[in-house]
Amino acid sequence: MSIRSQSDAFDHQGPGEKAVGLTPRGAWNAFVMLLTREVLRFGRIWVQTVLPPMIMTALYFVVFGHLIGPRIGEIDGVPYIQYLVPGLILMSVITQSYANSVSSFFGAKFARHVEELLVSPMPNWLIIVGYVAGGVARGLTVGGAVTLVALLFAELSVFSVLNLFGVALMTSILFALGGLINAVYATHFDHISIVPTFVLTPLTYLGGVFYSINMLSEFWQQASLYNPILYIINGFRYAMLGISDVPVWSTYAILAVGIVLAYLYVLRLFRNGIGLRG
Amino acid sequence: MSNAVEIYELEKTYEEGTRALKGIELSIAEGDFFALLGPNGAGKSTTIGILCSLVNKTRGTVRVFGHDLDRDRAWVKSQIGVVPQEFNFNQFEPVEEVVTNQGGFYGMTRKAAKKRAHELLKQLGLYDKREGMARALSGGMKRRLMIARALVHGPRMLILDEPTAGVDIELRRGMWDFLTQINKQGTTIILTTHYLEEAEALCRNIAIINEGRIVEHTSMRHLLGKLSQETFVLYSRDPVQSLPEMPVQASRLIDDETIEVDLTRGQELTGVFDVLRGHGIVIERMKNKTSRLEELFLRLVQDDDAAINAEERS
Repeated sequence: MSIRSQSDAFDHQGPGEKAVGLTPRGAWNAFVMLLTREVLRFGRIWVQTVLPPMIMTALYFVVFGHLIGPRIGEIDGVPYIQYLVPGLILMSVITQSYANSVSSFFGAKFARHVEELLVSPMPNWLIIVGYVAGGVARGLTVGGAVTLVALLFAELSVFSVLNLFGVALMTSILFALGGLINAVYATHFDHISIVPTFVLTPLTYLGGVFYSINMLSEFWQQASLYNPILYIINGFRYAMLGISDVPVWSTYAILAVGIVLAYLYVLRLFRNGIGLRG
Repeated sequence: MSNAVEIYELEKTYEEGTRALKGIELSIAEGDFFALLGPNGAGKSTTIGILCSLVNKTRGTVRVFGHDLDRDRAWVKSQIGVVPQEFNFNQFEPVEEVVTNQGGFYGMTRKAAKKRAHELLKQLGLYDKREGMARALSGGMKRRLMIARALVHGPRMLILDEPTAGVDIELRRGMWDFLTQINKQGTTIILTTHYLEEAEALCRNIAIINEGRIVEHTSMRHLLGKLSQETFVLYSRDPVQSLPEMPVQASRLIDDETIEVDLTRGQELTGVFDVLRGHGIVIERMKNKTSRLEELFLRLVQDDDAAINAEERS
């Protein structure tokens, strides 16, 4: 067997000519390989990645839906247990998309196998897209699993399929990018849990998963409007139940601006090699 | 023959202020088996890191197969395979996946990458282990896995940073044979190693780096030709009471069965054997006392250190 082989994945240019690395087909193959690796990674450890959010959601439904829910009654004309469903699904999407990017990329940095990607001809944007796709895959897989759990406790309805998938997809992209930024800066394992614990969880819990901001005093209503997660959860609730505390266009505006800014930021980090190259 | 690597005025200063490279110049011909040697902290790994895009250079120009690294980085990367000093694969992936994934990152389809991974794993004696987790491999097997991974996309140049560290002698010889074979097939190989006999046995050309500067850049033959004295250890079949006069620089009896002789250029071992045989001393076996390259290496590095010290004093 010859060790050397000409591959159609590369551009074969002579010296002096501008030469790119991967052909479009090669770039696609690289993306598929990275995504597959990510999916296999979280699939191999499904007991740690998929099962806990399902159990957590079941507990939320039991405690908040069945035990406390009947005392609350309805919110915006919807039974409380049903009102909880969109927030709990999207909370799983947010945390799991973030967790996948941050743990996978930091793990790769820590064990140094991120170098497999850094020495390869994959451009920075493609590495980012690959990791984000992995985060989206886990976020949506867990979101789907949580939806199945929800079916055991509540009646599910979909008001707008397009909005349902649009908000879920954009949310997972945004938080997968956030996880990637966290992973680039992280130098210890502690650093990958700081943002989820001290930022994401409080913002999510206070972002209208369990209540409508109309139930709050005027001051806290206004304060809640500064929480971007409020807009995202309400956009998803609109897609499922047709009710929302904020206009749906604001959900898409927050998500679109967030995705563009986060992508440009992480691209800059990769280009400068921050936390990645000596 | 064109050059695989051309490096001009390459400098690297790390954030904390360490000047790892101080303007090195280097050229490596295509198809060469090239050794980059130097003491710890000399700048070998930094040079290799820059070539592989794992380290950002501060200043200078690097060309690989005629292409500027800054301008055509992705293309340059596609031409290089890297075997780093430390294990840097995902230990929790199956062996086969480690190699297959890397092929994918270089743009190969999963099918093609897997086929090639199987070929390489067979060649490197890891095929039976392909379904096991990478962490379960022995140290030598992990080294070979990194070589398979580096070759999966068929690179024109292979860079090996201490590839045989921690590998037993038998496996090391096997790896030498493998590397020699792929070099004969046209792959340019750049090697850093602490085993100087490895460089002497494998490499045609050599550069010695010290304190971020190239102190020697020449052919192995020319470098070894600089050696003015070699010491051989001879083992006698029977006890030797005293040594006869021999046509050498110096000779000494280490114990009653071991003789050391120093030969300068022009002196031959044949004369030594003639004299010993004449006195009834039969030599059963012999060896070089030190690696010839090791001797030269130490001298060059020591000379360079002395020059740096003198420069600093003045």
